Amino acid sequence: MNPRARLLLGVLLAVLLLLPAFASNYALSVATLILYFAFTGQAWNVMMGFAGQLSLGHSLYVGVGAYVAAAMFVNLGIAPWMGLWVAILVCMALGAAIGFLAFRFGISGVYFALLTIAFAEFTRIGFDHIQWTGGSGGLFLKVAQREQMDLLNFRGPPAMYYYAILFLTIGALAVCAWLLRSRAGYYWQAIRENEEAAQALGINTFRYKMIAVLISSAMTAVSGVFFAFYYNNLFPEQIFHISRSIEIILGPIIGGIGTLFGPILGAFVLTVLADGITEGLAYFGVEVPGVKQVFYGFVLLGVVMFLPNGIWPSLAKKLGVAK
Amino acid sequence: MNALLEVHSIAKSFRGLKAVSNASLEVPQGGIVALIGPNGAGKTTCFNMIAGVFAPDTGEILFDGRRIDGQRPDQVCVAGIGRTFQIVKPFAGLSVLDNVIVGAFNRTRHLSEARRIASDILEKLGLGPKRDLPASSLTLPDRKRLEVARALATGPKLLLLDEVMAGLRPTECDQMVEVFRELNVRDGLTILLIEHVMRAVMALAQHIVVLHHGEIIARGTPQEVVRDKAVLECYLGEETEV
Repeated sequence: MNPRARLLLGVLLAVLLLLPAFASNYALSVATLILYFAFTGQAWNVMMGFAGQLSLGHSLYVGVGAYVAAAMFVNLGIAPWMGLWVAILVCMALGAAIGFLAFRFGISGVYFALLTIAFAEFTRIGFDHIQWTGGSGGLFLKVAQREQMDLLNFRGPPAMYYYAILFLTIGALAVCAWLLRSRAGYYWQAIRENEEAAQALGINTFRYKMIAVLISSAMTAVSGVFFAFYYNNLFPEQIFHISRSIEIILGPIIGGIGTLFGPILGAFVLTVLADGITEGLAYFGVEVPGVKQVFYGFVLLGVVMFLPNGIWPSLAKKLGVAK
Repeated sequence: MNALLEVHSIAKSFRGLKAVSNASLEVPQGGIVALIGPNGAGKTTCFNMIAGVFAPDTGEILFDGRRIDGQRPDQVCVAGIGRTFQIVKPFAGLSVLDNVIVGAFNRTRHLSEARRIASDILEKLGLGPKRDLPASSLTLPDRKRLEVARALATGPKLLLLDEVMAGLRPTECDQMVEVFRELNVRDGLTILLIEHVMRAVMALAQHIVVLHHGEIIARGTPQEVVRDKAVLECYLGEETEV
């Protein structure tokens, strides 16, 4: 990293750390949402951006992670810091099952993507019928004592959630930066670029694709647990819906697939602009349902046409922080 | 001299079409052997069986005395066989250096060490000045060199070269020959090459095996093979009275 990049990163970190001190509750909720998408996008990026395995069903891991931790908390009184690990293990097991099916039987490309959608969809339908988690009626967490902070049970004021997701995002960035420079990172990129050539260079492609899926599903499980305790209500129809999967991947695609800052930048651009447009229209008394989705469509169109590698690579060059 | 690679009567059919039948060959430790033959003779199929892309229908392949037929390509590479592809397969989005680092990770887990190995090999193959360019920007001859560099980076005992001279100018071809000769003499690298460019074959190979319609029709020293009647017939056709 050059000195300029260090400086910019330092300033950004300082602003983010001090944000709750001067931001309104609304601004803080937007920032939390941005970081949630940045973190989840980073998790997806490990699979698609690094290893080239397109998942269009990441809502599966968000949903299962959320439901496992929340159901254990609501029904059994088990604290989320315990439930978190169970959620991670369950999601990794699911990822392993999907990965094994696909990679053992040579399902790749769009067919792999379809498989990930299928898993998310039948899990959505399945959860409609699991009474233990409230079925299609949803699962609710008690919203109480929002002013007192209870870290063990992950209940507290908005700033607590903000800091939690901020540290998760920083952690994910650090882990991904380290992974990219590791042997696994190089192997993933080789598999992404040309699997046959990768295998000829001694790479056990099955193993490394599985590792990517496991890391990605584990990280996404964490964002599911965060989601459950931040929003306090879960409905299968919403959390497993394919539009959620698409929302997760838009950030990294717009920011720059396979880059470290792409998912963060993409989440920022999408959330801020989409919320800005909705708010702006509301200010003028115009309420248009679905304006956010239309906006997503235009941004995606623009990026695909003018910046096919995403916004981050060209922005990095302009800022003079490209390596 | 004991053989590093022994191929015993391997055969492969694709939907009834016999691509290779009953082919045997040996590559001695430290030797350079060329596999030649007209287009469609089954040379690349032979290579793919040795490299583990598919298993032979019959026969066996021994490397360093151990059976390797039926193993996966990555296992064959780890065992010590590096290969290049006739149709080059660069990691287009990565830099030239990163392409070679991927190969070098077969020898070490550490990035700094892998980078050092990769840099040395790029210098040796004359790709040093282009190390930071994306592989997608290379010309075809440079992509061929990159194929060789990547395979060498894995630290092979046996190098399989699939038509790496094709498309090179005569002087470039001679440079490449010189690189392989040096690797062979100085580092003791054993080489099995498929090649159409006879200039390179004659300069490099100590032993030539000729494949035609999936069968081996001749073998011997370069001088013997180029005078062999069966070889001349398969390349030029039978002599007929006009």
